[in-house]
Amino acid sequence: MLDKEGIAKRIAKEVKNNTYVNLGIGIPTLVANYLHEGINVCFQSENGLLGVGHFPKEYAVDPDMINAGKQTITALPGASSFDSAMSFGMIHSKKIDLTILGAMEVSENGDIANWKIPGKMVKGMGGAMDLVASAKHIIVAMQHVNKAGESKLLAKCDLPLTGKNCVKRIVTELAVIDIAPEGGFVLIERAPGVSIEQIKNATAGKLLIHGDIPEMAL
Amino acid sequence: MKRGNFDIDFIHQIISMIYKLVTDAAAAVADITDGSTLMLGGFGLCGIPENCIQAILEKGTTNLTCISNNAGVDDFGIGLLLQQKRVKKMISSYVGENEEFERQLLSGELEVELIPQGTLAFRCMAAGYGMPAIYTPAGVGTEVATGKESRIFDGKEYLLETAFNADFAIVKAWKGDTDGNLIFKSTARNFNPLMAMAGKITIAEVEELVEPGILDPDQIHTPGIYVHRIFEGKNYEKRIEKRTTSK
Repeated sequence: MLDKEGIAKRIAKEVKNNTYVNLGIGIPTLVANYLHEGINVCFQSENGLLGVGHFPKEYAVDPDMINAGKQTITALPGASSFDSAMSFGMIHSKKIDLTILGAMEVSENGDIANWKIPGKMVKGMGGAMDLVASAKHIIVAMQHVNKAGESKLLAKCDLPLTGKNCVKRIVTELAVIDIAPEGGFVLIERAPGVSIEQIKNATAGKLLIHGDIPEMAL
Repeated sequence: MKRGNFDIDFIHQIISMIYKLVTDAAAAVADITDGSTLMLGGFGLCGIPENCIQAILEKGTTNLTCISNNAGVDDFGIGLLLQQKRVKKMISSYVGENEEFERQLLSGELEVELIPQGTLAFRCMAAGYGMPAIYTPAGVGTEVATGKESRIFDGKEYLLETAFNADFAIVKAWKGDTDGNLIFKSTARNFNPLMAMAGKITIAEVEELVEPGILDPDQIHTPGIYVHRIFEGKNYEKRIEKRTTSK
């Protein structure tokens, strides 16, 4: 079973050379720490920066330079800043190669819910509805089950949707799973030490298992 | 619109055509009336018009509709207006980090329209470009699409989203000149230049105000034609929501 860092490490293997990538808040942000040697990536932050760098040293903190999670950041050499329309313009015109974001629920046809629990929690969708509507490739980073122990991989989402038919791949503490074009969760890899039974038990939606399922190499 | 013997629309015209400089935030927001619709620039607490928010708070204006990506935090930014229940309706994309906001929302005291961040930007942009509406794929198949017209282009569905109509746009820039030209800094730019173009009356507060001719025309983000009132702000706190550093 993987911890959060492990999930980020596994997703880092999905990031291809010379691509523009948008990272969501939480586990996705950690992916930047595990990029492989020689992988050249430009991170976009949808509040208006391409070329997001490391967190600043204490002396270099600039309140005017933050990421979409409102953390203070730095800009790398070659970075550019822009307004919010241009930022979402580059998202909707499909210039962003990969979006990695968290989710509360994913359904077996690739629907995602991550912005609202009616009557309990309303934080808003931020840029997530834009990102999932237009990204070329979407990977969800999340825990397989919620705090109550219920599966987050469902036949159909119960929570209000963020987007429909958009998720391509899910990486959890238990497995790497793809969404089949005709629907269903296709098991691709198991996390180290995790059995197929464990993954089956934690997946409420239809789990498709074709042949031998390899263990993740991290 | 009449107030005493003055025709306010005429005054607006004079201010915008002849002289944009106002003395301070209080003067800039003096004619914002109860029930107005305001656009407020900023992302989180980054690039928010601190001086004007404080002046509106002190002036006592209430029943406001605020279009802003976020709602501040409990004791800063738009959160200050929310705490005193001056806001009737918020139109935002993300409102976490504000307990009082969440309380008013869940109790039904505050009307809230949550919309995708790109849609918020494009609806500002549409207003600034004189376009009545735009199409976007954000929100298709979700509750955001409820009651909206949609259309298929090249096999993909898009929602029709209309331009915002705001009485005042209130923005914060890094530098500006007395002709209203604005330059923003880093990610404090965000919604500010879009909203500056979109307000019927646009108020700009800047950290540094200079005479015309000092700013390089090639570096201007917002041409002065969009800005009706400008002043140099004071005592910027520039509060950081999530100070994150590396060793």
